[in-house]
Amino acid sequence: MALLSKKDTNLITDPLADNNPITIQVLGICSALAITAELKASLVMAISVMFVLGAGNVVISLMRNIIPSKIRIIVQLIVVATLVIIVDQVLKAYAYELSKTLAVFVGLIITNCIIMGRFEAFALANGPWRSFLDGIGNSLGYGVILVIVGFFRELLGSGTLFGYPVLGDPIMKTGLYATGYENNGFMIIPPAALIVVGIIIWVQRSRNPALVEEN
Amino acid sequence: MSLKSKLHELKLKYQGKKMAPAFNAFHTFLFSPDETTHAGGTHVKSADDLKRTMNTVIMALMPVLIFSMFNAGYQHFSAINGFPADFSLMNDFLTWDNFWIGIIKVLPLVVVSYGVGLIVEFIFAVIKGHEVEEGYLVTGMLVPLIVPIDTPLWMLAVAVVFGVVIGKEVFGGTGMNILNPALTIRAFLFFAYPTWMSGDKVWVYGARERSEEILAGANVDAISGETILGYLAQNKGAEMTYSVSDMFFGFIPGSLGETSAFLILLGGLFLIFTKIASWRIMLSAVIGSLVMGLIFNQVVDFGWVGESSKFYGLMSFDFWKHLIVGGLAFGIVYMATDPVTGSQTNKGKWYYGFFIGFISVMIRVFNPAYPEGVFLAILLMNVFAPTIDHYVVRGNIKRRMNRLKNATIYPKDSDGKAEELKAETV
Repeated sequence: MALLSKKDTNLITDPLADNNPITIQVLGICSALAITAELKASLVMAISVMFVLGAGNVVISLMRNIIPSKIRIIVQLIVVATLVIIVDQVLKAYAYELSKTLAVFVGLIITNCIIMGRFEAFALANGPWRSFLDGIGNSLGYGVILVIVGFFRELLGSGTLFGYPVLGDPIMKTGLYATGYENNGFMIIPPAALIVVGIIIWVQRSRNPALVEEN
Repeated sequence: MSLKSKLHELKLKYQGKKMAPAFNAFHTFLFSPDETTHAGGTHVKSADDLKRTMNTVIMALMPVLIFSMFNAGYQHFSAINGFPADFSLMNDFLTWDNFWIGIIKVLPLVVVSYGVGLIVEFIFAVIKGHEVEEGYLVTGMLVPLIVPIDTPLWMLAVAVVFGVVIGKEVFGGTGMNILNPALTIRAFLFFAYPTWMSGDKVWVYGARERSEEILAGANVDAISGETILGYLAQNKGAEMTYSVSDMFFGFIPGSLGETSAFLILLGGLFLIFTKIASWRIMLSAVIGSLVMGLIFNQVVDFGWVGESSKFYGLMSFDFWKHLIVGGLAFGIVYMATDPVTGSQTNKGKWYYGFFIGFISVMIRVFNPAYPEGVFLAILLMNVFAPTIDHYVVRGNIKRRMNRLKNATIYPKDSDGKAEELKAETV
């Protein structure tokens, strides 16, 4: 017997492509614009969201039958806030420099629409195991886009990957820079992320025309 | 068999094939197409098509381009030898030496701009299976005229790809774009490679190399190529040696095509005379910039901004001189009047133009990094143009509704049907 049934596998794989939280549902855009100038920050953000969404979905799913529906948003917020504070404290303790780069955006995971969206749409109606898979799947879909955007922005904007200079030294003019190449300052500023995400959406929809909305 | 009829035959033969659009584009470029609108149903007949419209703008740009080629050499040699003491147009400006610098520095920019842009257009036309539109003809000529002379060609190529794809093709091609593609290219260059787009070393050919030599210890006696706005932004207006007639006729450093307000004025009059560009936009943009300039002058006159302020240089600059320095004149005549991205309604054009002039001068004064704001102002108003049109149309509907409401219907009909109909409409 396979580890996951087909239905459960879909929970993980769907958000990676045809139901991607960023490119299809267009949720969580703000953080995708703000922190993707560096690959490292994108990756840490993706992992943080994975922890919060995976654990949060399980907690909400376990409590789903005892939460009065009138105050469910407040309960969800408390769960997210608790988890986000844990992430924030861990980052501050073990990766202080990085937590300064991410700054307020770790705290703003609370307002990431993907998280509330999954709580409302999935965890409130499904068991803990399936909710956990759904959380992991959606945060993976979110993380994949973050990493792709971060890869292009860091490579073109700073000429580095994970802070390692892959294109040569821009000041000493070595590597690619010896030919007159220069870093693209446009990729550092947040609007560039909007355009990169837009291009990903464009590529994805032209490969799969079923995703194109009618209007 | 003549070339023309041969091409017509080939066109019929390859109709519907994948590469047909690319072939047809060459055909249309060389000859007028043999298709005509079918008889019946066509009421508006005009010789003006997109091709002719574009060609007219190119014609209006030609003097500017040729002037910029001479000016490239003039600025280059003046930076080395100093400005000629008694300037004569024939001996100091219209010389082969000057023109040669133009040929080796300006023409490559034009070639790269057209080459890269048209390749992108052709690829999209073949993929999407529509005809190649003439939209890039003007953009391709505008782009080299709004960049500094030392712009590296590969940067221009990257920016052109970005501008044509993101600025135009993603919206559906010529006529569908919300932002002016040439200005999108300029904005991309400005944000991507600011060191090549601003400062005092980029406006004159060779200024960058000379400054490096001086840094390395060489004893080179050279004038830096600061623009007039650059001087003013640093409160160094007194060091400037350019006279008002230099500014008006364009013997000053700056982006290639923007220097000569005189030739731009002629081009603008030509465009107004041929009814290609809107005089409403041009006039209102001029008014807008004068109003903003006047406000700044008044602020200085009242003593609210002293000489110690970093804005003093630009704020105290005579309001009308804003029109003859920097890119304002070029932007107003050739960029703001783009019929696709500008306002469509006559009333809207007044608002659209006014704010372009107004905001241009405002950004010019307050932009700390770069004392120029025309391209930003036009892009901003491009975004707002549909909103302006929306409110103009709404206002018109409202006014006519009111007129209908207060109207008395004659002759009074006995059964009151007309009144009923009116009540329903209102």
